[in-house]
Amino acid sequence: MIGWTVRRLTQSMLVILLMTLVVFIGLNAIGNPMDILVGEDLNQAERLQAIAHLGLDKPLWQQYLLFLQGAIHGNLGQSFVYHEDAMRLILQRLPATFELAFSALFLAVVIGVPLGMFAGTYPDHPLSRLMMASSIVGFSLPAFWVALMMIMLFSIKLGWLPASGRGATRELLGVQWSWLTLDGLQHLLLPALNLALFKISLVLRLTRAGVREVLPQEFVKFARAKGLSPMRVMCMHVMRNTMIPVVTVLAMELGSTIAYAVVTESIFSWPGAGKLILDSINTLDRPVVVAYLMVVVVIFVVLNLIVDGLYYLLDPRVRVEASR
Amino acid sequence: MNAVSKTVRLQAQSPWRRVAVEFMSSPTAVIGLLVLLIIVLIAVLAPWIVVQNPYDLMQLNVLDARLAPGSANMDTGYTYWLGTDGQGRDLVSAIMYGLRISLWVGIGSALIAAVIGTLLGLVSAYVGGWLDALLMRLVDLLLSFPVILMALMILAWLGKGVGNVMLTLILLEWAYYARTARGQALTESRREYVDAARGQGIGPWRIVVGHILPNCLPPLIVIGALQIARAITLEATLSFLGLGVPVTEPSLGLLIANGFQYMLSNEYWISLFPGLALLITIVAINLVGDRLRDVLNPRLQR
Repeated sequence: MIGWTVRRLTQSMLVILLMTLVVFIGLNAIGNPMDILVGEDLNQAERLQAIAHLGLDKPLWQQYLLFLQGAIHGNLGQSFVYHEDAMRLILQRLPATFELAFSALFLAVVIGVPLGMFAGTYPDHPLSRLMMASSIVGFSLPAFWVALMMIMLFSIKLGWLPASGRGATRELLGVQWSWLTLDGLQHLLLPALNLALFKISLVLRLTRAGVREVLPQEFVKFARAKGLSPMRVMCMHVMRNTMIPVVTVLAMELGSTIAYAVVTESIFSWPGAGKLILDSINTLDRPVVVAYLMVVVVIFVVLNLIVDGLYYLLDPRVRVEASR
Repeated sequence: MNAVSKTVRLQAQSPWRRVAVEFMSSPTAVIGLLVLLIIVLIAVLAPWIVVQNPYDLMQLNVLDARLAPGSANMDTGYTYWLGTDGQGRDLVSAIMYGLRISLWVGIGSALIAAVIGTLLGLVSAYVGGWLDALLMRLVDLLLSFPVILMALMILAWLGKGVGNVMLTLILLEWAYYARTARGQALTESRREYVDAARGQGIGPWRIVVGHILPNCLPPLIVIGALQIARAITLEATLSFLGLGVPVTEPSLGLLIANGFQYMLSNEYWISLFPGLALLITIVAINLVGDRLRDVLNPRLQR
């Protein structure tokens, strides 16, 4: 276990290090890093001072070390637009993004698992066929367009749900959350559902495949033969054995959900990190872009680590392979 | 010639013929293919069938902006069947031109990525050693991050534009082909026919390109079909976010984005119809891709 942990941790650190290198090269390869990091509205003396201050007169490898040092301390420069610490700006917006992403995953499970169980139990039922067909459409639908259609239907035509912003928030653990108020929940529903659409299709298909694989097995027959009620067989025996792939896939999908929140947030004006990064790309606010990329890379690597750890704990086969 | 056709008949069918016959046995896949062919035809012929060039500002009349579907043109009297957008573009023409961009970006980037990825994958499999390890770690790294994040990252450095979107797609997509080509090539290179070719004294490059590559094609074709759909979606998404095509030459994604602001005043058609065109295109490609996967996957063959 210790050997495995150490090896995976080292690998993760290497990936993060590699990404800092990529981001740093990107910073230097395109345009003058001076313009990127300092801005253009300075006079000559200020520029020289800033160059010395940022260490831009030093050789590249030393600059990289300085950049790395800053990154470790969470100091990736000031936003040109907000004149605030770029890292702090991202971290302030991150809870809203997490709220959206987790709500989407929650919806995916709550909607996708029951539908998938039904489709797996009755594969020839017309409803199951309809579900499978619509899940192909669910994979094909461009999420941003669906978002607009949702706004048009539920906000403009029917007037049921608000189309932008977070609504009223309430503080919990020092952070403002939307899901604690009714108004906030109303604001959360459409963007979360939009972000969840693809995952619902995914969970539905995974659950269906799992149920179809588990149902013919001996222990299910045995449970039935014992006289357990069909409901109990489904919930206790079948579901438990189909949930492992669903849970691990969802854990891996959390990262991409956070990334795709960029689109959803920009449409629903959800004030999360994704909307901030998009605005920053459009205003060439590079320190914020760099900070966002570094934060998301770290989130990703940590998520992968957790998923691998879960696999290690849950699946004995991985353990055998790792100990070799 | 006669002898050749006889051997073909003796072997019942050539493999590609079998694939074609099996493909046609699914009505949904055939419909998907037909729809796709029509879309491609529309896109290719667009300049000759549209009533106006949507990218030529001289042909646009601002007075005709945001007309509802079915309205008539003020001057010439032809009907805007799907309405007009905020600049007075006929939406039918704009969608046809948008399809051109979508298909060009999707198919173009998928093809280039396929060539680069397949080559690198074959080289990786054939050379092995540190090059193989390096390339495959790079592939792992690329594939472990979501596409949209990588695309934002690359576009943040390269700047906006269709060319850069294509470059981004190529930079991201080659990894899928490389991984598949490498895996497939490794299995194929252990087969007897490769040994036989070697025994005949055929050079390594001719073995790779002439013997191994053709046998790696089926899974690569499947990936190619699905990647085209993904590329089209991604281009639309990036254009929607304002990182793709210029405002004067809207693709489907940008048309939808432009329609967003008018939706609040109930002018739904500017966003609705380009989105439907996009959806139909992607569903058609996915139907064809799904069927190809079923037909070409050796594990599922009876």
